[in-house]
Amino acid sequence: MRFGVVVFPGSNCDHDTYHVLKKVLGAEVFYIWHKETSLRLFDAIILPGGFSYGDYLRVGAVARFSPVMKEVVKYAKEGGPVLGICNGFQILLETGLLPGALIANDGLRFLCQDVYLKVKNSGTVFTNAYEKDRVLKMPIAHYSGNYFADDDILKRLHDEDRIAFQYCNADGDLSDQINPNGSKHGIAGIFNENKNVLGMMPHPERAAEKILSSEDGLGIFKSLLERN
Amino acid sequence: MWIAKIVVTYKSGILDPEAKTIQHALGNLGYRHIQEVEAGRYFEVQFDKTLNIEDAESLTKEICDKILSNPVIQKYRYELKEVDK
Repeated sequence: MRFGVVVFPGSNCDHDTYHVLKKVLGAEVFYIWHKETSLRLFDAIILPGGFSYGDYLRVGAVARFSPVMKEVVKYAKEGGPVLGICNGFQILLETGLLPGALIANDGLRFLCQDVYLKVKNSGTVFTNAYEKDRVLKMPIAHYSGNYFADDDILKRLHDEDRIAFQYCNADGDLSDQINPNGSKHGIAGIFNENKNVLGMMPHPERAAEKILSSEDGLGIFKSLLERN
Repeated sequence: MWIAKIVVTYKSGILDPEAKTIQHALGNLGYRHIQEVEAGRYFEVQFDKTLNIEDAESLTKEICDKILSNPVIQKYRYELKEVDK
């Protein structure tokens, strides 16, 4: 199982992600510079968090045109697993691999805090290490994490079991008061139709070691590792 | 030569927290007759002299659809102006 972590100018969670895969899980992992044009050697691709291209124009808008993204789209369409975390999620939306968009948080503040998430679908390559409805604790760190999609898309996401995570409280209850950023239906992460692409705002790589107060994020990487 | 003056704003029905905050601030400053505020981004794109107005217009639409706006949440409008340079 060989992971590739894409590095854009302005990525800043690439090292954290690499560290978790290599040092915590002992997996084989390589950085992929954004000018790379072949992903043939990889079994899973991760678009890490950060501020690719300084968030100029719109979050993720410029990274979408990096040479590597053409390959990421091809890779995803052929069924390869692609995980986008935070800025990586924003890039996947701009690319059209996932539906909807992320706009500024409704409180217009950068949010940097632990949140609780409910696992809505545990039957995917990213989530099969979890039980359904399990509550996970991990941090968010974003200004534009307010997920928007029209009612048709939201209905499809529900009907097709494509909501990966929803913001909840420690007991797993969902409500508008708990929603930290105004996301429609408290959505924190979604899958594509084939569930081989996951985009999520929270940071599992920052919740993968006891010393960081939570290991709840590890399950995502473990699910990928053990998928075969 | 043609210049495209492009304004990108949120589609109606999409809550723009920035515009709402500006509207709220104007209310706090005592402006009582403001019903709605729309915020957006402005671009000026200058084309080289080989493009006629039809080409400039189709290129403007193309770049607006492709990169300057995100059609999921945004709309755009533009005008083309001729300049001597």
